[in-house]
Amino acid sequence: AALNDGLRSQVSAALKEGRVAPTELCQRCLALIKSTKFLNAYITVAEETALKQAEESEERYKRGQPLGILDGIPIAVKDNFNTAGIETTCASNMLKGYISPYNATVVQKLLDQGAVLLGKTNLDEFAMGSGSTDGVFGPVRNPWSYSKQYKEKSVPKSHSEDEESNWVITGGSSGGSAAAVSSFTCFAALGSDTGGSTRNPAAHCGVVGLKPTYGLISRHGLIPLVNSMDVPGILTRCVDDAAVLLGSLAGHDPKDSTTIQDDFKPFELPNLTDVSKLSIGIPKEYHAPELSSEILALWSKAADLFKNAGAKVVEVSLPHTPYSIVCYHVLCTAEVASNMARFDGLEYGHRSDVKDSTESMYAATRREGFNDVVRGRILSGNYFLLKQNYEKYFVKAQKVRRLIANDFVKVFRSGVDILLTPTTLSDAAPYTEFIQEDNRTRSAQDDILTQAANMAGLPAISVPTALSERGLPVGLQFIGRSFQEKQLLTVAKWFEKQVQFPVIQLEEVKRHDSDVFQHQKSASFS
Amino acid sequence: MRALLLGPWLRAGRGLPRAPGSGHRYRGHSEYRGHSGHRPQGPLRRVSVEVLEHLEHLALVDFRDAEGVERLQKAIQFADQLHEVNTDGVEPMDSVLEDRCLYLREDDVTEGNCTKELLENAREKVEEYFVAPPGNIPLPKLEERETFLQGSQ
Repeated sequence: AALNDGLRSQVSAALKEGRVAPTELCQRCLALIKSTKFLNAYITVAEETALKQAEESEERYKRGQPLGILDGIPIAVKDNFNTAGIETTCASNMLKGYISPYNATVVQKLLDQGAVLLGKTNLDEFAMGSGSTDGVFGPVRNPWSYSKQYKEKSVPKSHSEDEESNWVITGGSSGGSAAAVSSFTCFAALGSDTGGSTRNPAAHCGVVGLKPTYGLISRHGLIPLVNSMDVPGILTRCVDDAAVLLGSLAGHDPKDSTTIQDDFKPFELPNLTDVSKLSIGIPKEYHAPELSSEILALWSKAADLFKNAGAKVVEVSLPHTPYSIVCYHVLCTAEVASNMARFDGLEYGHRSDVKDSTESMYAATRREGFNDVVRGRILSGNYFLLKQNYEKYFVKAQKVRRLIANDFVKVFRSGVDILLTPTTLSDAAPYTEFIQEDNRTRSAQDDILTQAANMAGLPAISVPTALSERGLPVGLQFIGRSFQEKQLLTVAKWFEKQVQFPVIQLEEVKRHDSDVFQHQKSASFS
Repeated sequence: MRALLLGPWLRAGRGLPRAPGSGHRYRGHSEYRGHSGHRPQGPLRRVSVEVLEHLEHLALVDFRDAEGVERLQKAIQFADQLHEVNTDGVEPMDSVLEDRCLYLREDDVTEGNCTKELLENAREKVEEYFVAPPGNIPLPKLEERETFLQGSQ
């Protein structure tokens, strides 16, 4: 059986049959985290609690009473989800040392299923960014930087400079989670997606990144960026695993009134063989001039793949796509200005030593606690919300948002089932090049292809498709109808099977812990 | 409106703002023009000092230096592209779930009594109170502020 058989058929089965113990699995993951520390994917590793959770899981398996597929499975959580007793920093000085008194609903759900929480992953500060380079704990390195595939293709300037200057970014803002899954340190990770923050790093790190429909998964405990667009994101190594995670996380949460009240039934994905009844839409506006020719070719190839398999492939138009990023810019900064207001140093988080007055304490606290990116967005947001600007910018953006959402409605109404687009404009950039542009410019560039799905609240998934000329992963994106995750994932799974994306060959890591590799990769399990 | 003057209140020595776009262009990316069209962006919007002060006061976050101000100006310039879209007769959209009823639960107390946990994360407290410095004191004026904020570094 292939690596992509994943949780349901592989690891869970192995745990159930006693071929591997939860504590063993946990230990190996923790060891791998240590040996891949240079990736900087984790901010906090909760070693003690993870081992304890693994022990409890082991007890349950011994009694023959596992809680479900996720029992004993090591997972990682992006550091903008509250985790009780474990530091939650959002990669910001503002929350350094902050120990949450509660678990985010999605975290609680995972723990209730017996999952083992290995730690909190690195991100851009407060999830603002598209590179996972702007957090206070430093940038995350893409594991593919250390892969045989990348090294073979790269021309080092000099032998010693090779690794240090050539490494590429993970994309963002859920870069730590993507890197963690990609480097085998966990089986799945939670990210968040507001403008593409789960799909972008998924594409760059060669893993599956799912953005569920807005309202399907609870945001309670997810430190908010843009309340009307944020969703928890799921990162896994295969589409089946994403369906498993979705099944355990989706559903109404009384603590989040923006979750829909419809009953959610977890599903197993069928093995689609006949795509002749499918209609795939190719939105022409996603052919941005900045799109690399490589990705354009892959996108084309994918469209042909569907066509040759009998599906109906049509070009469609989402005319307001070019304005999505501008609209996002206004709405995002406005909501950020509001959401960041809670950080004043009084109840939690960093507090300045300035004592002269409440206002000066607040101002100093926020000055010390937030980085330039966050502060810049707060100020821009406040500008757009000024009385004299409110109609012109904020309300205007809300109107444009409706136009963008309506574009999708029209296309889906015309008989298209799924949209196929690229996820990113190119493969991962080297860090040294990426940081030459400022965060806002980068985000504006990198979010173009992913952002509109958040505007419209639609489900979208990035599936690793092929390696670029530089030996780095490229992903393609599928966008589905609201709450039609089953259809979306079914098609994604079919596509995944067709493209047979190669497994990362991590050389460094292999030397340190080839054993873990064997277990996690496969054939020995089935 | 008074045009922006890079007056004495902006910290000296920060140098010129970073140039938009470097010479060393990453392969595959062309100079980003805001969207896939070829619309040139409007002029860099000037923001008056009054508005800047007002923003700092509202946001309780400072621009810190000329770069911060330019960042805002660029953000406004970028946002101005919205005005190219015709939105006559279009209603603003607050939420993608607008066609559904928001969930409202019963007005019953289901949790709470966690004073101890909630106070744990506060740096300054007395008994069950969060302690704040004296209020009703406005932020110092610009001239005083620079020296003032330097003290908080």
